[in-house]
Amino acid sequence: MHPQTPTDFEQQLVAQRSYLMRFARLQLRNDAWAEDAVSETILAALAKPLAFEARSQLKTWLVGILKHKIIDSMRQRQREVTLDSGSEDDNADPLEHIAFKTDGHFAEKPADWGNPEQDLRSRQFMAIMDACTGKLPPVQGRLFLMREWLEMSSEEICKELALTPTNLYVQLHRARLRLRECLELHWFAAR
Amino acid sequence: MNALMKKLPLMRSCKEVTALVIAREDRELPLTEQFALRMHMAICKACPTFERQVITMRNAMRQWRHYGADDESPS
Repeated sequence: MHPQTPTDFEQQLVAQRSYLMRFARLQLRNDAWAEDAVSETILAALAKPLAFEARSQLKTWLVGILKHKIIDSMRQRQREVTLDSGSEDDNADPLEHIAFKTDGHFAEKPADWGNPEQDLRSRQFMAIMDACTGKLPPVQGRLFLMREWLEMSSEEICKELALTPTNLYVQLHRARLRLRECLELHWFAAR
Repeated sequence: MNALMKKLPLMRSCKEVTALVIAREDRELPLTEQFALRMHMAICKACPTFERQVITMRNAMRQWRHYGADDESPS
């Protein structure tokens, strides 16, 4: 199937590729897996072309397909996806980045981040979010994005990846604290 | 005050409350913990600030999740 000139629909799909790759890479943390998931998404879309009036509708539709492909991909690679290389902060106390006194009080009061509703929509902030989630260790990053980007419940994630709830919660906990630290450092304190 | 806080069953330290605030993003807390959390928030100045940070993160995540899904954003 390599024929004539690409149809409008094909061109529209190809134009969305980099957008889909951004999410697939962040979520899967593996370029080859991400390529596969995005290719499968585009093939699935080609198999049943639909007409969309707006580009945003096409995007939403494609992202919907991609999410399923990503979940399939992680389900198939269950072990690899959740295998902690050991270099991840296994034994670290997840709260150690926040300094507490021995009596459990904050050593330093947490900073007031204000009410930055508008800022949170800016392109610069999105770049910081991409960078901060991208910096999470792979297992933490995948699980965290399953929660936040794929919007899966903790129960669903445990089921798909055969994780115990305790294991999942520990990883998510660390991911959230790391993200908080990263945002504080690169966004809130930097302004 | 601190010595007293440790002895009462529903009293939690800032460190414990911080952990609960984060945990709440991913699972429902047992009722006792929910209550202990609220009690602590009422008497603490630092923890509500931390809680607001976590809520800001929650909002940020929502924006980020939808980022690029409309035509105004770069694809």
